Order: sequence, then C-alpha cells, then structure tokens
Amino acid sequence: MDWLFFFEVSLAGLGFGALYALTAVAFVVIYKATRVINLAMGEMLMLGAYMFFGFAAALALPIWAALILALVGGALLGLILERLVIRPMLGESPISVFMVTIGLSSVFIGLVEIIWTAAPRSLPSFLPSDPIFIGDAFVAPKTFWSFVIAAVVIAVFLVLFRFWRGGVALRATASDQGAAYGMGINVPMVYSLAWGVAGLLAAGAGVLLGSIAGISSEMGFFGLTVLVVVIVGGLDSVLGALLAGLLIGWVESLAGVYLGGEYEHLVTFMILMVVLLLRPWGLFGTREIERL
Amino acid sequence: MNILNVDGVSLAFGGVHALRDVSLSVAEGTITAVIGPNGAGKTSLFNAISGFYRPQAGRVYLEGSDISRTGPPRRAALGLGRTFQNIALFRGMTVMDNVKLGAHVRTRTGPLAAMFYLGRARREEVRIRSEIEREVFDFLEIDHIRRSPVAALPYGLQKRVELARALAMRPKVLMLDEPVAGMNREEKEDMARFILDVKEQWGVTVLMVEHDMGMVMDICDQVYVLNFGQRIAGGPPAEVQQNPDVIEAYLGADDMTTLRERLRGDRGAA
Amino acid sequence: MRIGSPKETYAADESLFRTRTQWVWFGILLLSLALYPFVANLYWLFLACLICINIISATGLNILTGYTGQVSLGQAAFMGVGAYTVAWLDNNATTPFILNLLAAGVMTTLVGLVAGLPSLRVKGLYLAIATIAASFILQFVFINWESVTRGTRGINIQPPQLFGMEFDNPDTFYWLVVPVTVLMVILAANLFRTRVGRAFIAVRDRDISASVLGINLPLYKLMSFAIASFYAGIAGGFYAYFFGSINPESFPLLMSIFFLAAIIVGGLGTILGSILGAVFMTLTPELLRYGVDVLEPFVQDASALLSPVRTLVFGLLIVGFLLFEPHGLAEIWRRVRRFFHLWPFRN
Repeated sequence: MDWLFFFEVSLAGLGFGALYALTAVAFVVIYKATRVINLAMGEMLMLGAYMFFGFAAALALPIWAALILALVGGALLGLILERLVIRPMLGESPISVFMVTIGLSSVFIGLVEIIWTAAPRSLPSFLPSDPIFIGDAFVAPKTFWSFVIAAVVIAVFLVLFRFWRGGVALRATASDQGAAYGMGINVPMVYSLAWGVAGLLAAGAGVLLGSIAGISSEMGFFGLTVLVVVIVGGLDSVLGALLAGLLIGWVESLAGVYLGGEYEHLVTFMILMVVLLLRPWGLFGTREIERL
Repeated sequence: MNILNVDGVSLAFGGVHALRDVSLSVAEGTITAVIGPNGAGKTSLFNAISGFYRPQAGRVYLEGSDISRTGPPRRAALGLGRTFQNIALFRGMTVMDNVKLGAHVRTRTGPLAAMFYLGRARREEVRIRSEIEREVFDFLEIDHIRRSPVAALPYGLQKRVELARALAMRPKVLMLDEPVAGMNREEKEDMARFILDVKEQWGVTVLMVEHDMGMVMDICDQVYVLNFGQRIAGGPPAEVQQNPDVIEAYLGADDMTTLRERLRGDRGAA
Repeated sequence: MRIGSPKETYAADESLFRTRTQWVWFGILLLSLALYPFVANLYWLFLACLICINIISATGLNILTGYTGQVSLGQAAFMGVGAYTVAWLDNNATTPFILNLLAAGVMTTLVGLVAGLPSLRVKGLYLAIATIAASFILQFVFINWESVTRGTRGINIQPPQLFGMEFDNPDTFYWLVVPVTVLMVILAANLFRTRVGRAFIAVRDRDISASVLGINLPLYKLMSFAIASFYAGIAGGFYAYFFGSINPESFPLLMSIFFLAAIIVGGLGTILGSILGAVFMTLTPELLRYGVDVLEPFVQDASALLSPVRTLVFGLLIVGFLLFEPHGLAEIWRRVRRFFHLWPFRN
C-alpha cells in the first residue's frame, strides 16, 4: 500500500470535511435554537455561492466586496426565512416545519435555475494557488486554504458561541426555552440570530465549496451529506458536527479513490443507516428522555 | 385477593429519585387511591405500573403474574386500562374513534382484512360499535357527542371521553390519573358516581391518583400516601386521615386539628 | 339542506358512505369515469392515466405521512423498485401482467420493510432521513446492478396484455389503470374504518399514550411503511408499463418531493386529499407548459424555463399550503360543501 498516497487522499478528505463541519455547525445552531431540522441548508449554501458568483462575475465587483456581500446576503436570507416562514410555523408539528424546509429547498433550486440556468459554472478563483506540501504529501492549494479558512471561521464562531452575550443567549435558549424567556432573554431575537448566523456560515461554506468544486443548481446535494454529518455527530452537538464532518469527509475521500467515485455517497448513506439503527441520537448527541 | 401488587419499586432519573422502594397492593373489586403532595411520585408510580417507565428495582404483578418485563402494549392487553393527568385524547379523531381505539386490544383484524372490510373485519367493527354504544356511551351519557371531534369538547366532557376510552378496553384494573382535577362541583359529583358505578356494575378494580381529599375519603376503600417518592402510609381512609406522618406531609406541621377540619371541610364540599 | 340520516343498524352507520346522496355521487363518479374515454382525446386520456398512477402513489404516501405521521422522501425510489420488478419479469419471465404488478407491490413492500427498520428505533423525522438514504442507495442499485437493471441505458417493457388484448395506448390503458386505482383508493378508505387505521392515527397524534392503550408502535409504524411501499410498488409497476421504458433517472428525489407536495396540497390525512392533490399536481405542470407556450413569442428561450419554474412552483405550493391552508384542498372542498348543505339558511 502506498502510504504517501493514502496520506494525500486523507488530507484532501479532511479539507472537504472541514466544509462539512462548517455547514454542519450552521445546521446545529438552527437545530439547537429553534428545533428545526433544516433540509434547505444545502440550498442556502448554494444561494450563497451564486450570490458571490453574481457579484463577482456578473457585476464585476472586486472579490473582497463580492465576498462580503455574499456573506451579508446569506445572513439576510437566514433572517428573512426565519421571519417569514419559520416563525409563523411555531407550535406546528416538527414534521410540518420539516416539510416546509423541503419546499424551500425546491424553491431555491428553481430560483437558481431560472436566474442562472442549471449549467455548472466555476467561481472566479481568489485563493492562493501555490502548491502546498505537508512533508512529502501534496495538498491541492484550494483545499488547503479552504480548510484553513473554515477552521478559522469555526474557531471564531466557537469563541463567540462561548463568550459573547448573543452566544450565551443562544445556548440558554437551546437548553431551556421557557427558562431563558423568564430570565429576560429575547427568544424571538435568538431565533433570528440563529438563522442569521447559520445563513452567514452557509454562504461562506458555499463560496469555499464553489471555489473548490464549481457551482451548479445541484450543489445543494451537499446539504444532504451535511444532514448525515449532523445525525452521525448528534443533532444538538457542535463538537459532534465538527468531528463527524471531518470523519465523513475523510471516509468519502477514501471510498471515492479506493472503491470508485460512485461509492462516495453510497458509503455516506450506509454510515447513516448504521448510525440510525445502532445509535440514532448520534455520537455526541443527547439521548432524549421521552415524556408523556 | 389482590389483583395488582407493586413490590419494592424504585425509579430514578439521573440522580433524582422519583420512587424509593414503594410497595402497595390493590384488592380486587375495590377503589384504591394514591395521594400525596405535588411531586410525591404519584404519576411516576402510574407510569411504572403501566410500563412506560422501567423501574431500576422492584416488581409489578397483575393477577399474580410478574409483568415487570412486559411492554406497555402487552400490559394494556393483559387488562391495565388508564387515563392521563393532562388528557391524552387523539385530537384528530371523533369521540367515537377515540373510544373505539380503546377496544384495540380486544380486536384482531389485520391490515389485509381491514382493507377489504369483509367477513371478520366487518363483523368485528360492528360488534365493538354496538358494545360501545350499549355499555359505554349509555353508561357515561355521551351518546349525543359521538361524532364530535374531541378537540372541540369542554374539559369535563373530554375527561369523560377519556374514561370511556379506558372502559372500552374492558380493563381488569382501571387506573385514573386525577379524574376530577379542574372540574366544578357538579362535574366532580358526576365523575365520582361514574367511578363508583364502574366498581359496582362493571366489577372493575379502580386505582386512582387524586388531590381532592373529599372525594378520596368518600369513595375509596383503601388509600396509600406517597411523599418524596416514599410510601408513608396505607390503609382505610379513616385510618390514614389520623396518621401523623400524613398530616405532617400535607401541612409540614403537626397541627392535627387544622388538618382534620380541612379534611372535613373538603368532604362537605364534595 | 340536509337534516340527519336515520339508520336502523350499526352496520349501516359504519358504512363507507353514510347517506344516500353520497352513494348517488359515487355512482355519478363511476359513470363519468366510464364515459370519459368516449369524450376525451388522446392527450387527456394520457393525463388521466398519469393522474391515476399518481393517485395510487400519493394515497400510499398519505397513509404513511398524513395518517401515521412518518415523513418519507423515498416514495419515488420505491416506485422505481416496483417499476424495475415489472421490467425484469417482463424481460425474463412469461408471467402475466396481473402477476407482475402484484410482484411489483410485494417486492417493494419487502424493500420498504428493510428501509423502514430504522423508524423502529426513533421517532418522526429520522424516518425521513432514513428514506433519503434509502433513495440514494436504491438509485445506486438501479445504476450499478447492470445484470438486472441494464444500468444507465435503461430497460424496455412490453405493453401489458390481458385476455388477449394489448394495452399499448392511453385509450386502452385507461381501462386497466382506472379500475385498479378505484380499488386501491377504496382499500385505503376501508383501512380507516377499522382498528388498523385508527392505530395509525393514534401513532401520529400521540405515539406514547398510544402504546399505553395497547398499540404496538413499531409494528404499526412498520405496517404503515409496508402499505405505503406496496402502493408505491403498484404505481411504479403501472409507470413502467405505461411509459414502456425506464432508467435510473426516471425516479429522482424531486419526484418524491412531488408526491409530498401532492398530499400536502391535497390534504394530509384524508383520502380525498390524496386524490385532489394528485390531480392538481399532475395538471400543474401542464398548466405551466401552457403558460410557457403563451410566453414563447415574448420571452427568449421560454421553454427552457419550464423545468425550473416547475421546481419553483412545487416548492411554493408546499410552503404556501403548509403556511396558509395546512389541511389542503380537501378542507377547501369541505367548506364549499358545508356552504351548500346549509344554504340558503346560512351563508
């Protein structure tokens, strides 16, 4: 066995895994704060990438401006969705809310295809392209830099989540909504905050993913893999999202190279089935105590 | 003879002990009450008996056979019927369908027979319909609302429908979790009469959790008192009423005269 | 205005249609279904057949999602299992049409049971996620199990034959698919007159207290899943016969969303809703196509917009109905009916 090659494949997988982790964190933030399983996460990510594409390629704005606008756009998208669609569904069964997000994903795909057609496109490149070596192993520069950026963003997010007032309010709401409300936390505001932050993270992940793999109206599929990631990690665990993201990225990369490209996602969904059967609350998730 | 025996049941959630070594026995054909202050573990005890919680220690016997390892659906089939503290009716269904659901354990139709609705499926459906009409709806006087969606009914009637659903199971032991909570005086009197009739006409054993002392003292043959997850007393109502531990649990003091007056007062009200 | 409908036996009161008016309307429906082929042209017959296939599948999904409260995003993939079963039998055996169709139903039920196993461990939404996984795994099988599915090239199916007749056209196929659809719908309606259907609804409304009432939750969840899969299998079998060829792309995830949209738009947890929803959702793309034709002279490449607009509209219908009319078209229908029942005394 060629260990150097194995190492290179693993590094590429971890690079992709970092993007899974980033999106998975966005997913978990929404779930923790609002208990919504957002199936449109992948499509929010796709919209972020297309916004970047629109600003940078069509409007020919400088890269940094397009990036900022795409991130702001992603955050706004999250806020608008929460206010217009999710909040009116408060108190409905989780299944209805889940189905609403399925509808949203379909809306976003339709929108993107109407505006930009279904054809795949590539994003203007903005990441450094000098080849990177770790020891003897070669890492594609885009993968390397997107890993670094994702890692930095996640680190910043974790610090905010832990120490910033908004982060604390979010965690308080996640652990006990009623108590948080009683302590004077503005719960509706926390809902908006969670969706806004998630929208921003998703848009960022979308731009990174697009710059590695190009964009198309099918890139929302990424969101389904992220769904697997959060289930494996545990729906309400940030740590689980991070580790499972890296794990799934790594496994997919190995499966893709050693078994063949068509096995990449098959392996992911096989893992999902096994986890659902053996440990449905995930590796780090909370096992809910059922009450009457 | 005892139809239901609870033997040394202990139940803990994390570090919180909901029940500690609780034992009680329910004699066949009687009405037995479990009383105690809020948070004493009464509903937890019910959940342990109906199999929804798995106690860490202890056993539950129904008609002498150990059902501690039996799942809730099987216990229902063996003859444990129950109602819930905060009404657990199926809101998307009519009164009729809710009550028919109680007869689920006594019927056999499988999916294929159900889809063709011929022969046995049809006969079974018509049979339980007429049984429910004759035995349950007439008895509880709810035949006029049989086609109403339960969500639209007033609270008192919902409680009655829930009792109807439990009776449709034809249980051996009927467990009622706060059957008169939140009712006005008239509704309480109706419910007390129904419970007595269940015992006398149906011959069904009743085990209930209730806060209303007056009703407990009036209709029960046996009373058990829980406090902080432990059984602190048990016996005929008059005896329990005099028990200093009970008085202390309720008042946090040993002012017996006050309690006695209060109990008497409640009794007058009910 | 109608007042009361006295009956003398409980059997009569338990019947599927409780009033004479309902029987009359049912008769009129059957009659118009029988007359329809004599007035409709080939295009409308084609649509009628397609609607029937979709009604079968939507009814199955509504049993699972609307009545039992378990979301599935695998209905299209399960139809694929049915379609491939028919295709394989058609190409490798000489079994008659009816047997192939039944085999499609049974095969899909078995596959569905395996895919539904995770729902035993967990509640609600996890099943949806498991069915997404099942969809992709099945898609993989359709593409890669070449010896059976012929991979991406697809597979052809001969038109069905019965009593020496060949049903190779919408105007003949109609007589095959309509009776089966009527039967399947009645079977589903019967289900909810009995303990099995009530148990499904109990699982949906309050799954924990249902178990204390003696309902075996895993059993009924799995049973519901099996029945939904059976309906998908029959619909898929018809689909294969109707279109004469299938390939792995015939049953995309979007098609599962189509069926979810159909039952949401039509009305979750009502038989009528499955029918109305399937009709509405089958006709919507046709309406869109018509709209695109109108736009053609004014908008460049209008026909290229058809598919994205369809995707968008499906999504909007799901979101819109869940937000504003969560009981769907069936509820609107009920309101209209009530108006006429009470007319002219109340409006």
